[in-house]
Amino acid sequence: MTLSGAISIKSATKVYDPDGARVLALDNCSMEIGPGEFSVVVGPSGCGKTTLLNAIAGFHALTGGEIFLDGQLLSSQEKPARPGADRIVVFQNGALFPWLTILENITFGPLAQKKLDPAAAKARALELLETMGLAGIALDYPGQVSSGMRRRAEIARAMINSPKVLLLDEPFRALDALTKTVAHQFLLEVYDRTRPTVFFITHDLDEAIFLASKVYIMTTRPATVKLVLDINLPRPRDFRLLASRDYQRLREKCREAVRTEALKAFSAGEREM
Amino acid sequence: MPDSVSRILPTPEVLTETDPPKSGILYRLTLNLKKWLTSSGLRYNLLGVLGFLVLWHLLTAVFKVPLFDKLPGPAETVKEWFSRHPVYGISVFTPEYYQHIGLSCLRVFLAFLLATGLGVPIGLLMGWKKTFSDYTFPILELLRPIPMLAWVPLAILMWPGRESSIVFLTFLGSFFATVLNSWLGVKSIDRAYFRAAASLGASEGLIFRKIVWPGAMPFVFTGLQISMGYAWFSLVAGEMLAGEFGLGYLIWDSYILVQYPVIIIAMITLGLVGSLSSLFIRQVGFRLIKWKVKEAGK
Repeated sequence: MTLSGAISIKSATKVYDPDGARVLALDNCSMEIGPGEFSVVVGPSGCGKTTLLNAIAGFHALTGGEIFLDGQLLSSQEKPARPGADRIVVFQNGALFPWLTILENITFGPLAQKKLDPAAAKARALELLETMGLAGIALDYPGQVSSGMRRRAEIARAMINSPKVLLLDEPFRALDALTKTVAHQFLLEVYDRTRPTVFFITHDLDEAIFLASKVYIMTTRPATVKLVLDINLPRPRDFRLLASRDYQRLREKCREAVRTEALKAFSAGEREM
Repeated sequence: MPDSVSRILPTPEVLTETDPPKSGILYRLTLNLKKWLTSSGLRYNLLGVLGFLVLWHLLTAVFKVPLFDKLPGPAETVKEWFSRHPVYGISVFTPEYYQHIGLSCLRVFLAFLLATGLGVPIGLLMGWKKTFSDYTFPILELLRPIPMLAWVPLAILMWPGRESSIVFLTFLGSFFATVLNSWLGVKSIDRAYFRAAASLGASEGLIFRKIVWPGAMPFVFTGLQISMGYAWFSLVAGEMLAGEFGLGYLIWDSYILVQYPVIIIAMITLGLVGSLSSLFIRQVGFRLIKWKVKEAGK
């Protein structure tokens, strides 16, 4: 498996409303994310994690610094990234198109990019749904299936495009604890199959350590990287990992670092985002 | 499939549409009619109507309340309406009656078609492209509040002949409601859908077809129902002022000629035709917004 999708973030800075309130969301934030790495970014609410994700996705421009993808300049102040199918986003509140069936949602990408003709796209989508255990809901509309299913379908919609980078913005936030563990297992299986680079935002520590190869703990706003933790737990992983001593040790380490930042954010009266 | 997943998920069902094509407008209508006829609500519907008729009869024919003493009662109206030889020349057996209805419907249809054809694209574009709404919004907000009646002199001055001025007035009535609702429809679409589409590599044209259009559709159809109401409202005003035929004209003409039962007949007819046209739009909407219906679990 040749891996691509190395993301190099160099002194990324983002000021919202530079002529007015000047809210500094990202301050000189640098990260080196290896190809095929499962990176999880943890930080207090409203710390600027989503700002960084949006810059990589190409939804807005940085006000300073650069982002490189596989050595190529992706985004800078002068030349912001454009959204593209090599970096697909799975959104916080889910963004399956409610007016398309699950199957039509999944074929959306290949058809939009004219990579496959409709028949081939449909065949490929059905095959993917089958391997992902979602074949039963292919003809349903998103509103007809459970939120856990919707999340999985949205990941499938991204993966059919074989993106170099999968960007997930607290994708499982709204799921209940049980559904969440199922969704984690699902995501790990998807990841192990093709090893895209994953950029995953959360503030759930268990989620972070269970999924990640590396956890990036961010400071409260303006966000910079406070601590990088290597999670050298073996893959494939399953829920039994949660009971292991290594896991507990890493979790403790993480908790300390996050707690100080959370307290800072709390006393600064940071708004939930 | 990995074991852990297959254990949790239900077995995949067969991937074919098992429902025969049961989504036709006619099918829906008969289904709704059947539901209504067999529901306990029908009894109350009928009782309500009956109560209204009795009240009307008492007020006009029995007590002759001063406020209502010039009005024909229900019996007199119905008798005239279904008479083979109507006193005032209008009943279900006279061709003139249908001429009035037909012409009014044709005017509303034309005006509504124009208003929809122009209003929906303009509204969608305003919601989608900020530059376009920057250009057009002030004009729209200036023209929109002008009551339709204020347009009457201009309509007569601008357009050759009565027909076109009436259609123009009717058009104006529904146009603004359509634009506004289509615009709001786009505004109601979650921004994440636009981002997701761009992320998946969609071109602008595809975003319009696959996001803007279907996403705004529920609002657009609500807007069309409202604008249909405005169309009838404006039509009657236009016909009263400039018409030669049509239900609005008939009402006004009957007033001048002291043919009061005809006023009531024409009014009830307007109510019926108006309801039918709204019903029609709702049914078309149901067909086009299948996902909403399924989402609601119907």
